Amino acid sequence: MTDSGGGPDLGKDVAAEVTKVDGGPQDDNAGAAPLVVVENVNKHFGDLHVLKDINLTVNRGEVVVIIGPSGSGKSTLCRSINRLEAIDGGRILVDGKELPKEGKELARHRADVGMVFQSFNLFAHKTILENVTLGPIKVRKVPKQEAEKHAMELLDRVGIASQAHKYPAQLSGGQQQRVAIARSLAMKPKVMLFDEPTSALDPEMVNEVLDVMTELAREGMTMIVVTHEMGFARRAANKVVFMADGQIVEENTPDEFFTNARTERAKDFLSKILTH
Amino acid sequence: MSQLSELFDFGPFFDNFDKILEGFWATVRLSVGAGVLSLIIGTVLVSFRVSPVPVLRSVGTVYVNVLRNTPLTLVLLMCALGLNDTLALQFSDDPGTTYYWWAVIGLSAYTGAFVCEALRSGINTVPLGQAEAARSIGLTFMQSLRMIILPQAFRTVIAPLGSILIAMIKNTTVAAAASYAETATVMKDLLDLPSFSSGAIPLFIGVAIGFMILTLPTGFFFGWLAKRMAVAR
Repeated sequence: MTDSGGGPDLGKDVAAEVTKVDGGPQDDNAGAAPLVVVENVNKHFGDLHVLKDINLTVNRGEVVVIIGPSGSGKSTLCRSINRLEAIDGGRILVDGKELPKEGKELARHRADVGMVFQSFNLFAHKTILENVTLGPIKVRKVPKQEAEKHAMELLDRVGIASQAHKYPAQLSGGQQQRVAIARSLAMKPKVMLFDEPTSALDPEMVNEVLDVMTELAREGMTMIVVTHEMGFARRAANKVVFMADGQIVEENTPDEFFTNARTERAKDFLSKILTH
Repeated sequence: MSQLSELFDFGPFFDNFDKILEGFWATVRLSVGAGVLSLIIGTVLVSFRVSPVPVLRSVGTVYVNVLRNTPLTLVLLMCALGLNDTLALQFSDDPGTTYYWWAVIGLSAYTGAFVCEALRSGINTVPLGQAEAARSIGLTFMQSLRMIILPQAFRTVIAPLGSILIAMIKNTTVAAAASYAETATVMKDLLDLPSFSSGAIPLFIGVAIGFMILTLPTGFFFGWLAKRMAVAR
């Protein structure tokens, strides 16, 4: 088990990390307890009940795709897993530990949970390379040289190495999102959360991001993905979770879900998005 | 006609040029000290004002509202007469030094409140996603403020900070009331000399030009810096 504060051992297998993003933590006890457990989670925004008794289990190496109409609470669920949204009831465990409330503990937890946002959110005043090395250097206390070497390897993997010294605004959306994925990977997270990672992209840039994600999934990264990309869900997911009105309506394998959904609500949703 | 010749009588101004220069040197020293300290105070204050700790937020709010709404003359008199003279909190036995430091502190305590508010409006221009991304890679609140939010906030408020510093440079003249001998003190002393008969207006004009020599480049510099440091989004 690697705890988040355990910086020193993180640099040792940099080369191995390149081909195996999920190195370390989840492999040591693969097949053991689930990595993410969401138990009876409730959340309100004022009068609006956005998450209603949500239960969800994500095993190590599993790719869970959350789909559903807008306003169904899927983004909120995703964000609550690294406590960008606080929950009102129930509990969320990551790697057996309940989410800390605030402060240093919470920061440590977040370092272990990668997050990719719809709007990329690259640090606008820092170069691409600095974006990727900031976390490892400041949070993991990895020496600068080592962090830069690892960052360049990650950027190479997502195909942005040649742009390492540019600023985010000089890159296309697809490139920025791939950098954002590299930035999360640089922290060697136990699980990666994707909150509609392709929704803000021009259509022709969607695939370059999905390709990186598919590759990640193949390499065994545990992923929770909120998306409208049904092709990705079919191709890469182990499990599809369908949400509507703050509830999980259906949990199914991708094949079953897309060909033979169990619930009317899901059938209705699919008929609307798949007919054209 | 005698009024007209008095209007152009720059004699007293140039006769006392060395004294006036000395005054300006004192102004520059006060400006630099207070400029640096007010930026520090403003930064600390703004981190109070946006902190998740309610007590710190209240301290920041009360400080800003008290200092921003008190006349600077009162603040500086409080420092010089109240703290230095009455309570004998002195930095040095040399009156010049101790009044200098009290002037620096008073002026920056006052200006810091304005710096804080400028920075706070700068923070509001930084998209929320920047803070979320910073938190999501495990930075603590202070780290994200220091490394992600404030650097971007500073860049967007460079121009208004320039205006605040220009106002501060001109406000150094108030320190004359607080026993610190700077340009305004020198000017008043010259006007009070029994031998002073004509040339008051040229003296004012000369001093005004002197201040412009200090403030105009400040304004240009901050304008240039604002353009250079702008964050592309």
